[in-house]
Amino acid sequence: MRSRGPLGRILGEHPVGTAFVTPYVVFLAAVFAYPLGFAVYMSFHDYFFAAPGAIVDRPFVGFDNYVTVLSDPAVRRAFGNVLVFLVINVPLTVVLSLLLANALNAAIRWRTFFRVSYYVPYVTASVAVVGVWLFLFNSNGLVNSVLGPLAPDPSWLVNSSLAMPTVAIYVTWKQLGFFILLYLAALQNVSKDLYEAASMDGAGRWKSFLNVTVPGVRPATTLVVLLATVTGANLFTEPYLLTGGGGPDGASASPVLIMYQRGIEQGNPDVGSAIGVLLVIGVLLLALIERRFVGKEES
Amino acid sequence: MKLKFVGLLIGAFVFLFPFYYMLIGSLQAEPDPSVSGAFPSPGNLTGHNYAEINQAIHLGRSLLNSGIFTGGVILGTLVFGVLAGYALARLQFRGRGLVFNLMLLIQVVPFQLLTIPLYVLIVRSYGLADSYLGMILPFLINSTAVFVFRQYFLQLPAELFDAARIDGASELSILWRVAVPLVRPALLTGVLLTFIGPWNEFLWPFLITKQQDLQPLAVSLSNYLTTVSARAANPFGAVLAGACVLAAPAVTLFIIFQRRFISTNLSSGVKG
Repeated sequence: MRSRGPLGRILGEHPVGTAFVTPYVVFLAAVFAYPLGFAVYMSFHDYFFAAPGAIVDRPFVGFDNYVTVLSDPAVRRAFGNVLVFLVINVPLTVVLSLLLANALNAAIRWRTFFRVSYYVPYVTASVAVVGVWLFLFNSNGLVNSVLGPLAPDPSWLVNSSLAMPTVAIYVTWKQLGFFILLYLAALQNVSKDLYEAASMDGAGRWKSFLNVTVPGVRPATTLVVLLATVTGANLFTEPYLLTGGGGPDGASASPVLIMYQRGIEQGNPDVGSAIGVLLVIGVLLLALIERRFVGKEES
Repeated sequence: MKLKFVGLLIGAFVFLFPFYYMLIGSLQAEPDPSVSGAFPSPGNLTGHNYAEINQAIHLGRSLLNSGIFTGGVILGTLVFGVLAGYALARLQFRGRGLVFNLMLLIQVVPFQLLTIPLYVLIVRSYGLADSYLGMILPFLINSTAVFVFRQYFLQLPAELFDAARIDGASELSILWRVAVPLVRPALLTGVLLTFIGPWNEFLWPFLITKQQDLQPLAVSLSNYLTTVSARAANPFGAVLAGACVLAAPAVTLFIIFQRRFISTNLSSGVKG
């Protein structure tokens, strides 16, 4: 090996490694770290768009932008909407993906076919799939013609109490394949002995699912809950396209949609940044609560 | 066992039916939302919807834009991501632990929060609106791919590198001549994983491209969906035709290489 002089002690055995990671580090700094700090900075200043190079005064305004955001009924409604979304999406995702992964884990015919079919929505652009969901859930679409007299009126996506749940179900459907794979990996780590012990004690299949499988995949459940929450908080494309910009009348608007409208469409990046910062704080709080709640029996 | 199989079959139907319906709908001359419309009737089939969407949003141009956007990201990830992944796996240098932790931290930063500051910086300060560079920049290096590269480089035996170093080879030539040829499967995985990001991305290219001839297909199709389609003769047919064109490359790649996609998500999901 190379001799380690004093320089080697400072820079490490292979100083060329620093050169190798430099482009990546510059990228992380320019695209993640700096914008993150910049967002917080903007949210405390009266920041507005100006011609490049123009010297303008953008004074510090304390919590003014946050006051503007929190007293805006549209923003409050959007945060409420995302809670409705999460209350439907997260439990549904956990239950369905665990059940399907558990079924898929058994020695069963057509495994590859099932795995591929569950994963296809996840790899497809939301913009493409939204087109067919619009066609399916239209007032006189296929879903309503199957339901006949049971079809809701007004229809799914234009009904103010059904629009957000429909968006939540759409996202559950689209992301489920990814979470099924996470559970499939976790199921490989559940000890076979535990199942044998459970069946010796006379536990049926359902009992051993509840007493062995569910606790066995608890770390994966924590991860699924956290990832589903972060995905839900980032919701934009679906309300923008599926319900025509968060309609009807803001009933399915998400915080990111409002952030886009206030920050870019209406030219108030300071207000938009404040929404973004509040959203991240909200997600962090929710993640902490979920961790305590879901991960409590984890030893 | 039977119950599980039936459950899986119902699941597969729910997941695949919208895709089948997308294809059928894109071929119907008249939209038929009734139950019988789910079965193709030869009299009602046409390729006209594809011509219609092509006329409205120039499919070729949009596909080219999607291709340049995606290709740029893949190239950036392969060049800079392989360098970073190799250094993180096989080189001892100051700050390695810090860079590795940063890479993991990045995975949980919600990109949406960064939308506004990135828009202000890239569009307003650097004047990169309506350019491929501005589109590619925030996605240039896929951190999940860097993580995958690092995992594969770590699995190579240390003796291989020691021998090459004793022969006096430079790190760059060890990487290029010894390490890269041994991790070809990782490169394929990295490319596939990186592909679906920019190909399907909507919000960012939507924000920074106002010129239609620079918009990737996801953006031009959504603009058609929200504005133009109201005036078209068979709006659903045209939208679904565009949707099929947008979905086809990702779905095809996924089906051909499904093993690569799935094993990647398993390892990165469980460890990351």
